Amino acid sequence: MACIEARALRKAFGKTVALDGIDMRVEEGRILGIIGPNGAGKTTALNAILGLTPYQGELHVLGRDPWRERDRLMRDVSFIADVAVLPRWIRVWQVLDYVAGVHPRFDRAKAEGFLAKTTIRQTSKVRELSKGMVAQLHLALILAIDARLLVLDEPTLGLDILYRKQFYDSLLNDYFDRSRTIVVTTHQVEEIEHVLTDLMFMDRGRIVLHCSMEEFEGRYLEVMVRPEQLDAARALKPLHERQGLGRSILLFDGRDRETLSALGEVRSPSIADLFVAVIGKQPGQAQGAAE
Amino acid sequence: MSTQSNAIPQSALASGAGSYNEISVARRFYWLVKREVWESRSIYIAPLAVAAVILLGYFVSAISLPARMREASGMTPMAQGDMFAQTFGTAAMALMATTLVVAAFYCLDALHGERRDRSILFWKSLPVSDSMTVLSKATIPLFLLPLLTFLITVALQICMLLLTAAILLAGGQSLAMLSHLNLGITWIALLNHLVVGHGLYYAPFYGWFLLVSAWARRGTFLWAVLPPLAIGVLEKILFNTSHFGDLIGDRFGIGGSATSGKATGMLAMIADSPTLSSPGLWIGLILTALFLFAAMQLRRRQGPV
Repeated sequence: MACIEARALRKAFGKTVALDGIDMRVEEGRILGIIGPNGAGKTTALNAILGLTPYQGELHVLGRDPWRERDRLMRDVSFIADVAVLPRWIRVWQVLDYVAGVHPRFDRAKAEGFLAKTTIRQTSKVRELSKGMVAQLHLALILAIDARLLVLDEPTLGLDILYRKQFYDSLLNDYFDRSRTIVVTTHQVEEIEHVLTDLMFMDRGRIVLHCSMEEFEGRYLEVMVRPEQLDAARALKPLHERQGLGRSILLFDGRDRETLSALGEVRSPSIADLFVAVIGKQPGQAQGAAE
Repeated sequence: MSTQSNAIPQSALASGAGSYNEISVARRFYWLVKREVWESRSIYIAPLAVAAVILLGYFVSAISLPARMREASGMTPMAQGDMFAQTFGTAAMALMATTLVVAAFYCLDALHGERRDRSILFWKSLPVSDSMTVLSKATIPLFLLPLLTFLITVALQICMLLLTAAILLAGGQSLAMLSHLNLGITWIALLNHLVVGHGLYYAPFYGWFLLVSAWARRGTFLWAVLPPLAIGVLEKILFNTSHFGDLIGDRFGIGGSATSGKATGMLAMIADSPTLSSPGLWIGLILTALFLFAAMQLRRRQGPV
């Protein structure tokens, strides 16, 4: 069964179309990164998946209709919308008590185990914790919930690099197994690059690219072209061309490695480079939208 | 680090359906209400603080009690008892007024505060429906505050009674008039007044405030007060009548007419509390249900403001 299945999913706010009839299918056990410029519709898509917003079209998450069955769905789905959503007045022990009181799949001992590894005290109020500690607390809660789908929308926004690294490390080491699915959006593409199994680019309410990381690595190649072979390289219709270290770097889609290695040094592009190449080609889109 | 390094652990087996104990609706509701009390501590701190101030004031004034009792020695014990009943009644009214104010502000913030601080996104990440959340919030003014007001009033009046008795005994004076306080009957009437009057009869006010709190982006107090005021003014201009204003005034002014009559304190004031058999009470409850239903629908759709 697919974890998420959407057909002609559409959402408009007045005249602004946030989701322009997207089709998507995410299998269980994948880690999907959704990347797109601001206003691409990422958060709207996630909100629809989480049952936070009504939509047109068809959407099933773990076989349920999220808008009609949000409370039931949330037993199997966890999400971190943003680091700053834990109520500031609540004490750490209170939030543990509360989640244990309402969530059948919350393992309080496990959450306390994670917290014991931090400097967070159970008597503290959330308002007394630093931004990084609030993120650790939220993560401890989420990791202790035995969910089948975890949705993360910019989970590390505003955190320093140590916490960001820790965040994804615990996610992979303590949480992810093949039965769970994770969907994550972020602007810090390079930090999740090694984590993902699937990649999706969104722009202006549409899915521009959706492939597995294996496909990504097999399909896209980047060549640092030797100056004398630049014309020959351009003849192969690169997706994108940029300058770097005094050389022209050309990105190709679906050209085989042997052909390209005759032109210069071949390597796999980063997600950020592909993003700029793909989204930058969209008419009217400013280049370099990926941060 | 690679995802390949994660062999399929045993938790994959545990995550199968049916391996978890369900949490009953009652249990989840209990935690929701508890959460409300954690967040809005004024629910109990405000009435307790007022009770403490009243008790302190009563203690200070009780120093002159023996002298006053000697002055009133010509009165019957019944008349003397009325004198005390009035003081006890004032104390109860001060507490009732406090918790009404607390209830109003609680309702105006209940569904707005969570949108303002974005915590609604956290609450919604848990398996709790919007309907249950709104109902748990409505429980506070409808049931919890009236019952709490009753308990604190009874506790306060017992303290006042003991204090009075101690001072009178120390002054070698009779306690006869205290038996005319009729506190037992008064408390039963008070409980009825609070549960039926403050809880159920006032329910449309709470429902309306909760609805405004779920709907308004800002200025909840203005949105709660101005539209009813506008309706009243419009009615006055168009038809030169004031039915709407009277309706709200009558609804709010339960027991108000009796206080101006005989000064026999609390018992008289709460004697004409609305009863469960009055149609007005049920019409109000239907209206409350509509307001709460609208608030649930709004909470389902609304995100952070």
